[in-house]
This record gives sequence, C-alpha cells and structure tokens, in this order.
Amino acid sequence: MSLDLLVSHYNYWVVIFLMMVGFYILISRGNLIKKVVGLNVFQTSVFMLYISMGKVNGGTPPILIYGETDVLYSNPLPHVLILTAIVVGIATTSVGLALAVRIKEAYGTIEEDEINAIEARTEATG
Amino acid sequence: MSAHLPILQVVVPLLAAPFCLFLKRGRMAWGLAVFASWAALAIALALLGQVTQEGVLSYAIGDWVPPIGIEYRVDIVNAWVLVIVSGIGAVVAPYSMASIEREVEAGRIPLFYAAYLLCLSGLLGITITGDMFNVFVFLEISSLSAYALIALGQARRALTSAFRYLIMGSVGATFIVIGIGLLYVMTGSLNMADLAQLLPEVWDSRTVKVAYGFLAVGFCLKLALFPLHLWLPNAYTYAPSAVTAFMASTATKVAVYMLLRFFLTVFGAPFSFDVMALDRVLLPLALVAIASMSLVAIFQVNVKRLLAYSSVAQIGYMILGLSFATVTGLTATLLHLFNHALMKGALFMAMGCVMYRIGSVHINAVAGLGRRMPWTMAAFVAGGLSLVGVPLTVGFVSKWYLILGALERGWWWAAILVLLTSLLALVYIWRVVEVAYFRDFPGDEATREAPWTLLGPTWALVALNLYFGIDAGRTVGIARQAAEVLMAGIGP
Repeated sequence: MSLDLLVSHYNYWVVIFLMMVGFYILISRGNLIKKVVGLNVFQTSVFMLYISMGKVNGGTPPILIYGETDVLYSNPLPHVLILTAIVVGIATTSVGLALAVRIKEAYGTIEEDEINAIEARTEATG
Repeated sequence: MSAHLPILQVVVPLLAAPFCLFLKRGRMAWGLAVFASWAALAIALALLGQVTQEGVLSYAIGDWVPPIGIEYRVDIVNAWVLVIVSGIGAVVAPYSMASIEREVEAGRIPLFYAAYLLCLSGLLGITITGDMFNVFVFLEISSLSAYALIALGQARRALTSAFRYLIMGSVGATFIVIGIGLLYVMTGSLNMADLAQLLPEVWDSRTVKVAYGFLAVGFCLKLALFPLHLWLPNAYTYAPSAVTAFMASTATKVAVYMLLRFFLTVFGAPFSFDVMALDRVLLPLALVAIASMSLVAIFQVNVKRLLAYSSVAQIGYMILGLSFATVTGLTATLLHLFNHALMKGALFMAMGCVMYRIGSVHINAVAGLGRRMPWTMAAFVAGGLSLVGVPLTVGFVSKWYLILGALERGWWWAAILVLLTSLLALVYIWRVVEVAYFRDFPGDEATREAPWTLLGPTWALVALNLYFGIDAGRTVGIARQAAEVLMAGIGP
C-alpha cells in the first residue's frame, strides 16, 4: 500500500476509523447510554461516507447561480439523502434513550450485566 | 384513481397513523386502524389483480420520471408480498382490540394503533418501492415503530428486548445504508431497475463486492438468519400478543423479500450465484438454523418463546429454498413466505387467546385448556399441524416444494433433513398439545372460552391454512411465476 493511496483516500480512512470506534463502543460497553452513543458514532461515520463522496474537486456548493452556465457544482443528492438519514438517526437515538429511561425505572440500573443478573434471578424464582 | 393505487398503498396507513393519536378514545383509534388496514388489503389485492393482467406497474412519484425520481414498481413478486403483509395487518387489526385492551394500559391504546399503522406502512413501503434509499427510510419507519410496539409488553423484560432489538436492528439498517452508498458511488443511481442495467459493467470492482457483503449482513440481521437471530426470541416472547402475531408473520418476511429483491433483481441471479456464491454461503447457515433452532424450541417452557425459536427455524427453510438456486427452490421460498405467515399468525393468535383468559403463556398455563377453551386449542392444533407439514394444510405444500427443490438438485440429504426437522416440529407442538389435552385444568371453574372477537380472526387464519392447503393451485401458480421473474432478473 502506497502513501499515495493513504493520502488520496483520507476521507475513507476517517470513515473507517469512526465506524470501528462506534462499533467497538457498541459491542464492548455494557452501559446502555454508552451503547446508544456508540451507535451514534457508527451512524455518523456513514453520514461522512455519503457526504465526502458527493464532493466534486473544485465544485461549489450546489446552489444555482443565475446567469452562469459552466459552474462546477458538488453533487447535492448525497446531502439530501443524509439529511433524511440524520433525521432517522435522531429518531433512533431518542427511542433508544427513552427505552433506557424506562429500563432505569423498571430495573433501577442501566448496566447490562446488572440487568442480566436481575433477569436471571427473577427467572429462577419464577 | 386506479392509476394511483401504488402510492395509496403506503399513504393510506401512513396518514391514518397520526389521526389515531387525535382520537383520544381507544375504540375509535381501533376503528380507524381496522379501516386503514382493510383499505390496504383491498389496494394490495387490486394491485395483484392488475399486475397479473397487465404486467409490471411503474408509478413515478410527483411525476418525476425514474431513474431521477422515486419510482414505485409493482411486479408479481412484490404484489404477492404486499398481499401477505396487508392481509396479516387486516386480520390482526380487528383481533387487537380485545387483546390490547387486556395487555396495554388504556392511555396508551391510541399510541399503540398509531405505531401499528406506521409499522404496517413501513413494511408496505419497503415492499413496493423501486428506489434503494427509499427502502432504508421505510425500513427505519417500520423498525422504529416495531421497537415501540415491543416495548409496550407487560413484562419489564419487554423493555430490554426492545432495546436489544433496537441496537441490533439499527446496526443492520446502517450496514444496508453503507451497501446502498457504495453502490451509488459506483453507478450514480439509486433506482433498482436502473441499477440492474448499470451494475454488470462494474461487477469486477471490489467496491461492488464489499457493498454486497454489507447488504448481506444487514439483511440477514433483519430477517434473523442464524446466527444473527439473537434479537428475535425475546422480542417475540415479551411483546404484546397482537404485536407478536403481526411481527412474526410480516417483519421477517419483508426482510426476506428485501434480500431476494436486492440480490436477484438488482444484482441479478448470475452475479449472486456464480460470482458471489450466495447459495453456498447461505446453505450451511440455513441447515444449522433449521436443525439447531428446532432442537432449542423443544426445550422451551414459554410457549411464545417456543414458537419464536420455531420461527427462526422456519426462516431457515425459506433461506434453504433460496440456496438451491433454482426456480423450484425459490418457489418453495415464496410459498413458505405466505404459508408461514398464515400458520405462525394463527399459532401466536391462539396463544394471545390463552394470554387473554389465563394471563400467562407458560406451558403449565395451558394445562387442561383442551376442554376449557376448545376452540382456542383446536386453532393451536390446526396451526401446529400446518407447522409440522401434515397433508391438507399449507405447511405440507411448502415442504413438498422444498423437497422437490432438494431432489431436483440431487441433494437427498437436504430432503431428509427437512423431513427429520418436521418431526422435531411435531415434538415441540406435541408438548403443548399434551399438556393442554391430557392434564386437568387447575384454575378457576369460571374460566370460559376466549371472546369471539379474538377467536374470529384466529379462525380466519386457520381456515386459510386449510383452504390453501387443499386448493394450493393459485398460491403455487403465483409463487412459481414470481420465482421465474426473480431468477430471470431485469438486467441487460
């Protein structure tokens, strides 16, 4: 792998790094809030993947300039898609956090291992 | 009017959902939900009729011509899935009134119906759309409302199972978006029909193969293919009965449809089977899912959890059909999509009746119910026989085509496995039946049969189980036609 590949595709390296960080938090942390945060970082990396691929070298933001015909615009479609995905991400986060609040009320904890212990105990006693 | 049926299919339940919130009374919200779900079924049946007569329907949303605008594209495959989803939606909606009033607090009932309709419109949207990103949006609409629906369960474990499903489901959906994004990078298009034309030129690119991998993992998470099924058993066990009946018969089916649509229509059968070896990847997973999950189901003491594990095994049958990579195998997959919705719907609805009267679905709770609630348990037995695959039920038809597909490939061991695992299904169904019919009823003398508002929809599904088991010509015809369309693809 050449340095050239590393530098010219640096946006993808950022995306992959973020993705793995988010995924690692999601898997390794037992705290439900931290899991939601990990999920958020994971999803954000995908937003960056889309946004960076819509960038055209030397392109201006995709806002129509009247009277000028040969303007190079960046691709607006990924931005629009990600606007939707961000809304979806917010909805997922809020549902996740709302569930975490309800779990805290019902179990008195948001640590996964403690919840599992409580569930195992109630299972044993019927 | 009839030209706008594709968009109405999604818009009717989608718009009815917020109105449920304004109707403060639970019964009024229920009425609206029943109306919207029956309207959806009527539209789906009309679409199926149109497609069988006129061929593929294409609907350009807002008159933006595809591939620029979002296209709704109805062919025989998704018309068939639309009928399954909206049909189950239309049966569960009337059923949910009594069941939900028993299991959910009064103040939350309008919210339940809003989430129910959102989930229904999300599933219908995934099925009908011809645009990849639109699939993701509808997937999240249906998933988010599904998390909320599961969290409405009585036990506090409903909350933890909903949370777990949320984490795994969101990871799955994000994998799917990554796959869609990579395909967009390579082709500059999001329209499925357009992609089917563009993709063969870039088959060799590693990006396309990576996209394929991301999509495969995402779909398998969503359809709960072993070993990515961990979210499913708890979610089905602790959700309210009506929700379990609805989700078990629709959500995983739509995920299977997504997989078929992307891998056979968008990528095309040659790419999936010859280049990516999809069949050889899925075959062992399907076999392990069928065998291990049927075994696990035998040892469950909670009947809903038993049926949930059985669902994971049944998904294995659907994927097994796909991994034969033949028209017969795919016919079995598409048949089982419909048939499994009928049988699991009936079984979970029968358990909902037990939950309504007894308040538990532990295996000891059904003791003696064979005499006390004869109609409920008869429905369970009929659904169970269908699950096992006894002749004259729909289960037999699916298993028949599955075995035909296996023998056509010369894989007699797969045919034997299907037969043996059917015996395992007999074992776990028999465990419940034995307790229900050969033990004395320990509870209150006043316990009566479930009300007809619950039994009616349950028996409607049981009747369909028997009807399509005896007269399988129509369902087999559509499934085979759909399988041929999928295998042929629409690529250049």
